[in-house]
Amino acid sequence: MTFDERRKQAISDWEALQQSDKPHILVGMATCGRAAGAAAVLATIKEELARLGIEALITEVGCIGMCYAEPLVDIIKPGRPRISYGNLTPETVKQLIEEYLVNDNPRPDLAMGTIGEGSVEGIPELAELPIMKPQVRISLRNCGHIDPADINQYIANGGYSGLIRALKMTQKEVIDEVSKSGLRGRGGAGAFTGFKWERLWEQPGDVKYLICNADEGDPGAFMDRSLLEGDPHSVLEGMLIGAYATGSSHGYIYCRAEYPLAIQRLETALKQMEEYNLIGDNILGTDLSFNLEIKEGAGAFVCGEETALMMSIEGKRGMPRPRPPFPAQSGLWGKPSNVNNVETWANVSAIFQRDAEWYAQYGTESSKGTKTFALAGKVVRTGLVEVPMGITVGDIIYEVGGGIVNNKEFRAVLTGGPSGGCLPASKLNLPVDYDSLTQAGTIMGSGGFVVADEDTCMVDMARYFLSFTQDESCGKCVPCRVGTRHMLDILERITRGEGQPSDIDLLERLATTIKSTSLCQLGGTAPNPVLTTLRYFREEYEEHIVEKRCRALACTELIKFFILPDKCQGCMICLRNCPVDAIIGDRRMVHIVDQEKCIKCGTCMDVCPDRFSAVVKVSAEEIEVPSEPIPVTASRPATKKEDAGETATND
Amino acid sequence: MEKSIRERLLPILEANQGHKESLIPVLQKVQGELGYLPEESLSEIAHFLGLSSSEIFGVASFYAQFRFERQGEHTIKVCQGTACHVRGAKRIMEAVAQELNVEPGGTTADYKFSLEQVACFGCCALAPVLVIDGQVHGRMTTSGARKVLEDY
Ligand SMILES: Cc1cc2nc3c(=O)[nH]c(=O)nc-3n(C[C@H](O)[C@H](O)[C@H](O)COP(=O)(O)O)c2cc1C
Ligand code: FES
Repeated sequence: MTFDERRKQAISDWEALQQSDKPHILVGMATCGRAAGAAAVLATIKEELARLGIEALITEVGCIGMCYAEPLVDIIKPGRPRISYGNLTPETVKQLIEEYLVNDNPRPDLAMGTIGEGSVEGIPELAELPIMKPQVRISLRNCGHIDPADINQYIANGGYSGLIRALKMTQKEVIDEVSKSGLRGRGGAGAFTGFKWERLWEQPGDVKYLICNADEGDPGAFMDRSLLEGDPHSVLEGMLIGAYATGSSHGYIYCRAEYPLAIQRLETALKQMEEYNLIGDNILGTDLSFNLEIKEGAGAFVCGEETALMMSIEGKRGMPRPRPPFPAQSGLWGKPSNVNNVETWANVSAIFQRDAEWYAQYGTESSKGTKTFALAGKVVRTGLVEVPMGITVGDIIYEVGGGIVNNKEFRAVLTGGPSGGCLPASKLNLPVDYDSLTQAGTIMGSGGFVVADEDTCMVDMARYFLSFTQDESCGKCVPCRVGTRHMLDILERITRGEGQPSDIDLLERLATTIKSTSLCQLGGTAPNPVLTTLRYFREEYEEHIVEKRCRALACTELIKFFILPDKCQGCMICLRNCPVDAIIGDRRMVHIVDQEKCIKCGTCMDVCPDRFSAVVKVSAEEIEVPSEPIPVTASRPATKKEDAGETATND
Repeated sequence: MEKSIRERLLPILEANQGHKESLIPVLQKVQGELGYLPEESLSEIAHFLGLSSSEIFGVASFYAQFRFERQGEHTIKVCQGTACHVRGAKRIMEAVAQELNVEPGGTTADYKFSLEQVACFGCCALAPVLVIDGQVHGRMTTSGARKVLEDY
């Protein structure tokens, strides 16, 4: 079959699927869905369909981005619009299958929204929801809509038409098209993709390498995982276009080992491409030949840095090396090479499926197009959102993300991961683009957006990031290896309440030196979290140093737990649950925390029934308690069901 | 009779004979087969790939994935990434460590569990996250984590 025949077949199969007279059920089976229990939901769906004797089509799709509402299931009943259901459990999905498919009750109480044409009473349109409305889904265009293990579904939705268009242009025209789109690398630094391609194209020689960076090292970012799991061909098509434009014959995808499903999806996709003559020699009958290999990372953050990544592919220790020479001159195995991020590649295929002008209409003057952000932390709607560049930080957190969990106070948003920084409430109006973020002291990075609330201590956050980078420093250059160690020691000292007034100055001096003298950007950006917290949250450092106080009540050494004598009911719950027997008391006797023994794990506070709320956590404060247990005097509040609610999230 | 380490590794090693650049995938496969990288395996790899044992150890020790000690039957990984950290991952780790009576990075005395910390599974939206033998559990609580452990 020629590719054109395959394409026509794929489109007619896709249309038949959309117009099928059987119900069509889509289950979000990306890693996030599975983590929320999607496998059990899928199993229940199958059981119920069998029990009720209903024939239905089931597709396992990737993630649509509304991870907060996982597990997600979409149902398309013949003649009805597609309805998206969220927060399902085996119990609710069981009811849903019977009630909707048999009794025609679409269960608006379980629905998130409808997708596509038509409406259903009581169910909003998904695209009109606050989380979806500001989104322009370009790289995520197919995620959650197609079966990522079926190349035909990708082709039916415009897949590989971008490659075919590119193959009809000259190499230079393809590069110019990328430049015209204004696309900048989504892996962190924001280099212009067209510029990088041109540097590789101009190199002589016929062995050149193209690499897809799927190391996704920023803990808190997951768009690359989601893309590879939900729509691997969009990334692979981008790489083929890049291979043609730059004259590369061989490519690698370097994927972190923590993403087994992504690797599996890529392997499946590559097999199908072989079958369709989309990889290997003379792709689609043209002169283009390109081979692609998957390399699994081995757990080193620094290997996300492109020169270290290439060392790792060569089978060596992943240590960065100075530039120049740039990878375009001498990269993998000493040959001209180019590295782009997963999301960058997915944008390339989108640009060629449409065109550069269309892409460049989105975004700002210097940052064109859209960017996917990974919303996580203390925000209501966690997930992946793709929005035009230039949207404000506040709009992402409050409009799209729905604000802070439990209406707590916003403290900071951590962007760019360990190389980025912490932005305070005063920066909520900042437009999100490469340059504005850099000016504010942080970076776009890969698009991680971790929201911190009033329970997060910003000094501890800086300590956390430094311990991460210090741990991941490859040790090759002194400023990074020794400098970050010093900074970490100081930060640990401050969070323990042993900080000196001169420490702030020392931190700033160390930070400036490390930034300017480190070999690679791991060290070059490692001080950013400290510098931004010092810039925006300096008073928190001062409180730790001078008053020995942590306002977020997060630094263990600076907090104490007390049981309020006028609230304690002597119920023994905390006493029994304390892992170190640090609570003394008896039934109907006021309990007391032995401060010498207490390890401040907070279990007592978690298990104290809400209606008593007798345990408090304080910093730089003492609360008067009896020296030994005395009879309970507090009147007993009206009994509700005893709730020993334990949460890990202080929310 | 139980197969010797050499016998178990032969298919992996022969397929990569002389391929120095395949060192990392070979280490991954060997660890997949044996669960960790005992000293004997390093000298076998050295022999087949044409590298010295110290070169191999140099590479293997650089990457967090590789283990040089026998691991437990089940591997528990508790995410300590940024999103999980903000959502209380430290307490999940403490609860698991306490429940199993083992330090992060260690293995229980009966070789039933190994406990590790990992820097992100990409399930940050469902933080905090815990993974047992590749199965991801999201939205963890300290009591939830204890409950998950009960099944093993
Ligand atoms: C310490 C460090 C870690 C990095 N980690 C990643 C990563 O995980 N993924 C990624 O795409 N880029 C990462 N980068 C950026 C890469 O070096 C490189 O700039 C990028 O992959 C180029 O692709 P782009 O032009 O498409 O952005 C990292 C850089 C540094 C300094
Ligand atoms: S930070 Fe824990 S899964 Fe990403």
